[in-house]
Amino acid sequence: MSDTITVNAAGLSCPQPVMETKKALSGLTSGRVEVLVDTATSRNNVSRFGENKGWRVTTEEREGGWKVILEK
Amino acid sequence: MDKVLTSRNGPWVAGGLIGLIAVALAYFGNPGNMGFCVACFTRDIAGALGFHRAGIVQYLRPEIPGFILGSFLSSLLFREYAPRGGSSPVVRFALGVCAMFGALVFLGCPWRAYLRVAGGDWNALYGVAGLAVGALIGIGFLWSGFSLGAAERNPKAAGLFMPLIALGLLAFLFLKPLFGAEGTGPIFFSTSGPGSMHAPALISLGAGLVVGWLAQRSRFCTVGALRDLFMMGDAHLFKGVVAFTVVAFAANYALGLFKSGFEGQPVAHTDELWNFLGMVLSGLAFTLAGGCPGRQLIMAGEGDSDAGIFVVGMLVGAAMAHNFAAASSGAGIGPMGANVTVIGLVFCVAVGLLFRPSRS
Repeated sequence: MSDTITVNAAGLSCPQPVMETKKALSGLTSGRVEVLVDTATSRNNVSRFGENKGWRVTTEEREGGWKVILEK
Repeated sequence: MDKVLTSRNGPWVAGGLIGLIAVALAYFGNPGNMGFCVACFTRDIAGALGFHRAGIVQYLRPEIPGFILGSFLSSLLFREYAPRGGSSPVVRFALGVCAMFGALVFLGCPWRAYLRVAGGDWNALYGVAGLAVGALIGIGFLWSGFSLGAAERNPKAAGLFMPLIALGLLAFLFLKPLFGAEGTGPIFFSTSGPGSMHAPALISLGAGLVVGWLAQRSRFCTVGALRDLFMMGDAHLFKGVVAFTVVAFAANYALGLFKSGFEGQPVAHTDELWNFLGMVLSGLAFTLAGGCPGRQLIMAGEGDSDAGIFVVGMLVGAAMAHNFAAASSGAGIGPMGANVTVIGLVFCVAVGLLFRPSRS
């Protein structure tokens, strides 16, 4: 099992959380990427992006925001 | 309803409803093709507060405080109220000033650009093209590492400032205090021109509150729509803009408000170059700041004080545009309109080039 990649996108304006996620996913065909976000909008945008790219997406609440987990 | 607004269908459902409400407001008395215009309305508010003395554009447009309060109440109700701030606030203020310079050269924010097209004002096609080019330039900066830095969570009370300002504006609107030196002011209301044309205040306020809620839930954003489409091939928000424009067109047509052409359009001029360049500036400033002016108001209502300071920048920019003879009118661009557009573009390009923090 490959290592988890963590992307800290908390506090960033649109569309940077999705851009950071896109960068992390580029070249990956499988694995687990965790994206830290601080707003519901970023949580939804990152989730939608992951789903559109065929990743399984779950979210966890954490202090000050959410962790969006993308797995494939 | 909330499930629809927060689903993949949310933006186009919200966009269609907002387009319908916009035309209804024009029908009830707002200026032509100006059911909603965040730039024009913020400019009117600046005038009403006496920040500029252009006597024909002074009115405390209730739609703007309505957006903020609608978003604030919606974000409280749905547990999305999240005070945050600290992402280059002074730069965001200046971007708000620049965005307003561009919008007042064109005569409209992105929302009104689409509403003008939906009303048959083909001058606005140059504005929409400029908006797209401005967004593309902003995207270029984003891909090359531009960022204004991360915001941080703030105490709960930090997000109350803009909703309180909104309540204060509404109090001034309804109380109409007149204790200035000449028996007028501190609040000014136009007696002629676009500022004197408005739907009944309670209808405008109700419309603002509803749109604040719709946009907060659906994330409706006219600049994000272009940005996400160009950057990611993601048409999620773009569908909202299409629905907004199509429904506004249909409603205009049904109510006899559709009038196609270039000449004689309401609150518009026919200078193609500056219609285009004004919106290039606006589109770039909005893209660098992360959203269109409507979206900035909505985020301000959710507690985002960086969006709040952008809105204050727009208010100051509106006053400056009129005081420095840079705002356009139906006769054409102002004497300083070209200058401020170029200065604004130089500033925004400098921001785009210089703000590239390295992130670990």
